[in-house]
Amino acid sequence: MFAPLSVYFNWSNGIDLLVSFIIGIGFGFALEQGGFGNSRKLAMQFYFRDLTVLKVMFSAMVTAMTGIVFFTAFGWLDTNSMFIPQTFIWAQILGCAIMGVGFAIGGYCPGTSFVGLSTLKMDALFFIIGLFIGVFLFGEMFPILEELYHGKYSGNMGRITLYEFLGVRPGIIAAIILIMAIGAFWGSEKIEEKFGNQIIQ
Amino acid sequence: MEKKPYASPYIAGVGLGLVLLAAFFFTGHGLGASGAITRSIVAVEKVISQEHVDNNAYLAEYGGGDTNPLNNWLVFQLLGVIVGGMLSGIIAGRFRKEINHGPRITPKQRWLYAIIGGALFGFGAKFARGCTSGFILTGGAGLALGAWVGMMVMFAVAYITAYFVRKLWI
Repeated sequence: MFAPLSVYFNWSNGIDLLVSFIIGIGFGFALEQGGFGNSRKLAMQFYFRDLTVLKVMFSAMVTAMTGIVFFTAFGWLDTNSMFIPQTFIWAQILGCAIMGVGFAIGGYCPGTSFVGLSTLKMDALFFIIGLFIGVFLFGEMFPILEELYHGKYSGNMGRITLYEFLGVRPGIIAAIILIMAIGAFWGSEKIEEKFGNQIIQ
Repeated sequence: MEKKPYASPYIAGVGLGLVLLAAFFFTGHGLGASGAITRSIVAVEKVISQEHVDNNAYLAEYGGGDTNPLNNWLVFQLLGVIVGGMLSGIIAGRFRKEINHGPRITPKQRWLYAIIGGALFGFGAKFARGCTSGFILTGGAGLALGAWVGMMVMFAVAYITAYFVRKLWI
């Protein structure tokens, strides 16, 4: 095993920051190319007019997931040294529900709002101001939210994956997700057609 | 300059997936956006009162004692996102001042709703330990249980909320 390269080749902090900056450029470029700098394009998914978000997210996840599964199978990538977020199920269900409300009202998510701002979309600037307010409030309110964040009400399940939870091999879950994604692509094309292909160009 | 149409969502998606895979392969981190905001806020709070940061377990994790909250890959990745977005926008003729909003609201109303939406998103993302990039997309590709449950919850709630706020967009 030789990847993540930063772990196996003991990269210094400086190299890590530089590589992260370069990866960020690719990240921003891909998001902007997909149309994620435009809040209307993002919001139109919720009215079935433009399902770009679903298509981009599923294509991206399937691509990265397939790569990870193969790299692991070849013995290149050590998934134990790779970031897999820990599951705090109740805290995350609550957090994601609040994110969902914010997404529908605000039209952006954090990453896309910075892409919007980078191409001078002024509504993105106001979304970012909101982000700072929300994150600041969370930090200041942390003492009263602590129990729900990582205490007894948080649903701490540790670093657990879908395949560990279901007790099957990773490849099986990956294959199911791949089939789901193809179904989602086919379904989104049909839905967009039904709503008269009002894709925002 | 003529505004070019957006790329095919499948090509943009595969491109995004390769970037995410590269992030795992090179650094092991994945992608992230909201973490850089937390770190910027803690950096400012540190200047105002180090004691305040040290006394709050959450803030102290990022900036307690001598820790510099900005000395982290998340901050540099977000700077890269701004550069990459701008490059793509310039190449495609989309680098221009715009306020995108639904036809039934004014730009000023859009600003207000953008602030409200952003505040909710920021607050929720901290509870979930990451936003769409750092938790849902990165965790989803790594097949984390919480990320997949969170993805379903976030989109379900967003679709339901969108019905009630449709005047903002259509």
